[in-house]
Amino acid sequence: MARSPLARRIRGLHDRNLWQLIFVAPFFLGLLIFTVVPIGWSAWLSLFDARNTVTPTEFVGLDNYVYLLTDRAFQTSLGTFIVFALFIVPTTFVISLSLALLVNRATVARAFFRSAFFLPTACSYVIAAMVWRLVFFNGARFGLINSYLRELGLEPVNWLGGGNYLYWVVLVTLRLWLQVGFYMILFVAGLNRIPADTYEAAAIDGAQGWRVFRHITFPQLRATSIAVVLLLLINAFQAFDEFYNTLISVGNYPPFAKPPLVYLYLISFGSGSQDLGLGSAGSMILTVVIAIFGLAQLGLVSLIGRDRR
Amino acid sequence: MAIPRRGFLGLSGAIAAAGLSACGSNTGRPEPGSSGTAGGDKPQLSQWYHEYGEEGVEEAVKKYAAGYPDATVTVQWNPGDYDKLVSSSLLTDKAPDVFEYGGGPTLDMIKAGQALDLTDVLGDARDQFTQSVLDAASWEGKVYGIPQTVDMQMLFYRKSAFDKAGVTPPTTIEELITATRAVRTKDMGGFYAGTDGGIGVLNSMLIWASGQEQISSDKTGIGFDNADGYNAFAKFAELSHTEGFVPSASGDWSAASPFVNGETAMQWSGLWILPEVTDALGDDFGVLPFPGVGASGRQSVIFGAFSACVNAKSKNVDAAKDFVRWLWVDQEDYQLEFSTAFGTHIPAKTALVPKADKLADGPGADAARFVAEMGHANDKLWTPAISQAVVAALTNVVQKKADPKTEINAVAEKAKADIKRLNG
Repeated sequence: MARSPLARRIRGLHDRNLWQLIFVAPFFLGLLIFTVVPIGWSAWLSLFDARNTVTPTEFVGLDNYVYLLTDRAFQTSLGTFIVFALFIVPTTFVISLSLALLVNRATVARAFFRSAFFLPTACSYVIAAMVWRLVFFNGARFGLINSYLRELGLEPVNWLGGGNYLYWVVLVTLRLWLQVGFYMILFVAGLNRIPADTYEAAAIDGAQGWRVFRHITFPQLRATSIAVVLLLLINAFQAFDEFYNTLISVGNYPPFAKPPLVYLYLISFGSGSQDLGLGSAGSMILTVVIAIFGLAQLGLVSLIGRDRR
Repeated sequence: MAIPRRGFLGLSGAIAAAGLSACGSNTGRPEPGSSGTAGGDKPQLSQWYHEYGEEGVEEAVKKYAAGYPDATVTVQWNPGDYDKLVSSSLLTDKAPDVFEYGGGPTLDMIKAGQALDLTDVLGDARDQFTQSVLDAASWEGKVYGIPQTVDMQMLFYRKSAFDKAGVTPPTTIEELITATRAVRTKDMGGFYAGTDGGIGVLNSMLIWASGQEQISSDKTGIGFDNADGYNAFAKFAELSHTEGFVPSASGDWSAASPFVNGETAMQWSGLWILPEVTDALGDDFGVLPFPGVGASGRQSVIFGAFSACVNAKSKNVDAAKDFVRWLWVDQEDYQLEFSTAFGTHIPAKTALVPKADKLADGPGADAARFVAEMGHANDKLWTPAISQAVVAALTNVVQKKADPKTEINAVAEKAKADIKRLNG
């Protein structure tokens, strides 16, 4: 059976290209159906006024986008995200790196400590949020921390009431507890890839402690650090569960500490309404913002890297 | 005999596919709307309820459905976020034929043609229902949901605390502020309305209590951007900063525990806690409407009623309408039982209210009277975006000492734009 030269070129040596496509096809199909098509549909829907329907009805062009971008509450929510990211990304990075260094150096029960710190990752965000809200940081006199404050003779604090900024303490500690273990594992993996003779060579040269960390360990962790910061940023942006479950009360969400996803959820799906055009427009805006942040971070890192060469 | 690899793989794949294709069709849920009416079979209807907190409701509604002679009605009991469940299902063809919805269908549902106009189902019986309750489920004169039973919110207060402090129950906001300060003790606070400081649950109460309406009469904007509205917000800020205002308690405003445990002398809560409060405190409590605010102030309460709606795109629209008429207009015994046998609710038909023994006297009777004389429900144009803007405005006035006029004007701008989007 003769194949044309073009067909043979496309199919590759021993039909290599064809088999490549066949093996990748199931995953690619899944990606197409469950990710690419919904995103495209959402982008298309965002240009329409789609209420209580997933099929576009009335074309409104960029009205949904304009409505959101000029909305004071949406702008505040973007600010809330930035503040949250500023709190959580450096803190998680430092703490998980420190924990990874400590756990790696442990001589006794290293596996136990690794598992113990990683265990909170398996905990549901919703459950953790409820425990934080109803047990630890309950604003009533008998909340756990308030009880200790009362023992010390201080006034009970209304953590989640909003008259102060203490709700950030609640949210940041919640998020830290839940995710530090995961990033610690990433750093442990990164640390294990540093060849041991690098440290031996440094010891021979007389380096120890902080200098070893600064000049040997940390530079070797560059790839891991980049990945961790990018993941932290994206996850901070997608924060929903801890905010929603900590601050929602019966029929109401306060106007502070409202990240973009919570805000979009409430106006698109609140009180039985289904404003899908608006929700889709919001998702598109958020995607663009994440993409900008991600690219900026990669650009910044490669800029630093280029200087070092 | 050695089966070649390819043949084996192909055969096992075919067997697996055949096996798997057998599953998946039995979802365990009733098939809605399939009308097997050929040859005189009764039509099949599906009816959805949300999960009521009280025991025994599920058995009761299934009993009502089974008692309907002209169709086979399958009841689906839905725990979890019922609103989202119904809204999503109405987008598909697996939607229920009859479903209940809080406050009647939303304006979006009405405009998208998902809820059927039920004015003819009511017919002459329209006058038998409490008008304010019926209006809450109507739009432009047409009724879209038949109220099943009415729930409401009011202020609970401890009589003993008031007697000890020598204060009379408050009817205006100034009296409420004075009372809050007076009845508080070392262990018991004065006034409690939720862990968010009452902002979420009381923002609309302030609007009505100051004699204003949520939406203006020409339906283009809000109805409270005037001096009375600004004053109402300022007065609430004053209340929030009074000594005795409880910022956080063992439960939210909707739970009986703060009031029953003696954490607060007054609590804004709902009729549903009445059984628990009566059990725990006996006679030592009374109920009040929200006090009036300002010169044009009026006492008010808020009510809501889950109403029976018919899916306009159902395959058995006429059968569904007949069923709704039979159950929620004609069967007064069932309506009375539904309202009173499980917790305490108020029947939607005015004539049934005196027949409910829990509402015959005491706080129950007061509650029914409040709804009839001074009850308000959320306007259909009160969108989530407007509601959030009001919450933000009130929070700023209370916590950041912002000027009520500036805040409410910002809400007015937002509302104008949002209503235009919704109503055109």
